[in-house]
Amino acid sequence: MSRIGNGEEEGLVADVLVIGGGMAGAWAATAAAREGAHVVLVEKGYCGTSGATAAAGPGHWWAPPDPPEARANAIAQRQRIAFGLGEPHWMRRVLDETWRLLPTLAPYYDFPKDDQGKVRNYRALRGPEYMRALREQIVDLGVVVLDHSPALELLAHADGAIGGAAGIRTQRGGSPWRIAAGAVVLAAGGTSFRSHLLGSRNNTGDGYLMAAEAGAELSGMEFTAAYTVAPQHSTMTRTMSYAFADYFDADGRQIDAPFGPDQTERLAQALLAGPIYCSLARLPEDVQRHLPTISPNVMLPFARWGIDPFRERFEVTLHTDGTIRGIGGVRVRSEDCGTGVPGLYVAGDTASRELVAGASSGGGNVNSAWALSSGSWAGRAAARRARRVPAGFGGLSALGRTGLRASGRPRPVSAAEAVDAVRAEMHPYDKNLFRTGKGLAASRRTLDAVWSDLATHAASNGMAALALREATALVASARWSVASAEARTETRGMHRRLDHPTLDPDLAVRLIAGGFDTVTVRPQATAATSPFESVA
Amino acid sequence: MIEFIVSERCTACDRCVEVCPSNVFEPMEAGPPVIARQDDCQTCFMCELYCTADALYVGPNAYHAEPADPAAVIASGLLGQYRRDSGWDEWQDHYPNEQWLMETVFRRAAEAAR
Repeated sequence: MSRIGNGEEEGLVADVLVIGGGMAGAWAATAAAREGAHVVLVEKGYCGTSGATAAAGPGHWWAPPDPPEARANAIAQRQRIAFGLGEPHWMRRVLDETWRLLPTLAPYYDFPKDDQGKVRNYRALRGPEYMRALREQIVDLGVVVLDHSPALELLAHADGAIGGAAGIRTQRGGSPWRIAAGAVVLAAGGTSFRSHLLGSRNNTGDGYLMAAEAGAELSGMEFTAAYTVAPQHSTMTRTMSYAFADYFDADGRQIDAPFGPDQTERLAQALLAGPIYCSLARLPEDVQRHLPTISPNVMLPFARWGIDPFRERFEVTLHTDGTIRGIGGVRVRSEDCGTGVPGLYVAGDTASRELVAGASSGGGNVNSAWALSSGSWAGRAAARRARRVPAGFGGLSALGRTGLRASGRPRPVSAAEAVDAVRAEMHPYDKNLFRTGKGLAASRRTLDAVWSDLATHAASNGMAALALREATALVASARWSVASAEARTETRGMHRRLDHPTLDPDLAVRLIAGGFDTVTVRPQATAATSPFESVA
Repeated sequence: MIEFIVSERCTACDRCVEVCPSNVFEPMEAGPPVIARQDDCQTCFMCELYCTADALYVGPNAYHAEPADPAAVIASGLLGQYRRDSGWDEWQDHYPNEQWLMETVFRRAAEAAR
């Protein structure tokens, strides 16, 4: 690897550039480095604390190869809630990769052992310790980690192949960096549309925006209607304690919302009518006692507000998960997580998880197993491509458009107002959870106007570019989501249309979205990924 | 969101500046860093976990600042709770990581709901 000084700009040349230092990016960097590649990983925040994994506790989807029926059963169970959009072949690959790879983290993660010294469980990890372990692992593998260095745009060769990225260093006054690489892995997370979902502030859909600017497509963006309960005004979207929760309205009447698949919908309906209050009194006493050492952050808001959650009722809300516990993302075109754009691979929540999750939330478990597996495949493929394609700055051009370079006359555009507009369309339960054609059309018109303003007038560089690019990614992601939801005139999995309340057998297809000034959506038959496609 | 840094406890190691995922802190030439961008705080409590001096306090309200009295918070014993319960650093042998119990809790809930 060589470092070149170019005035104020920092330039690095690597075999593989990984964009995003969450779970998927760290596994991608691991795989690429183990293939012998020189890897640079750039992270908007800090690799170890940034992203949805770090503050959570991912319990990976897990089935050992023995007994032989374990995996078949896990896949059959998932297929029942995938509503025709899952692919058993991909599920099998993910289960196998997860089972093989996760125990290799043992030098860095202290997996809990029983009295005989046997590891109890490899699948359930604590987020902060998991991300700390992954960081130590990639540093030991020689990966160069650049924290506080958000990528703003991809760089492409004349033939469209991706050859690097450019961004800024937020702790060096926004000074620019450029990295040339033989291949790029986008692992920039999904997006909660800037809800207060724990750990999701940096997850603004940057990967979707950059991939689409490179010519990749989005898939499954209608599946963004995931919500998670949290104490009102808090970020604490940790679900375990709520498995035993009871809910009440302002008059103290119990809300009929038992633990199960319909619970979110019922709570959202109740929230549309007024505030709701939660009791955790039924949480078994032994779990109450162990809660701080199972999930140490869960008690923090309660302790600080002076609430005893096992004896007092407290107000709760639902935070939007967007594509994080949702499903949509960049369309995966090949088994190595290629995007169809040479040199560009996707991993984790930046990729669509329809292949393994289908139309129902992949929650923390299928999505975690996917992040690890897709990261591993993408990292390995990127390293192999980099052996054939030398990296260099010659002939690279920048692909970033909206938020960086105005198509019309530049003038100040408020990133904060654009973000608020996205929140106003993507968070309300009566817009994004209970959808109607009329409501979606209204959201589309609102967001189109916001987009038009950004695309025509927004121009930025340095520190100001970060907020504008985040706003651009959020608006673009919201528009692809709304357009896909409009096109899916049925109810399937987490996508619920009040005006089309039943499943339409003819719509057992993927919806492929794309476009900027004009958003397009088209159907695509499932099982359309091929090991032979796009690996060039 | 982040409310205050206890300057008497802070060792000015600037670890919080490094680990904050939303770049809330600004390091100073001398002494503790300052909270320069409170509105960017995502209320993830990660800075507290990494602060071996237990010198940081993140308020539970993610929507707006809820100023708290540092003296009262110090007296309450809330500082360092996350790091202690996580079994980090000097707490390693006292607070085991029992994350693996989570799935048994979900299983019991599903059984209870039947």
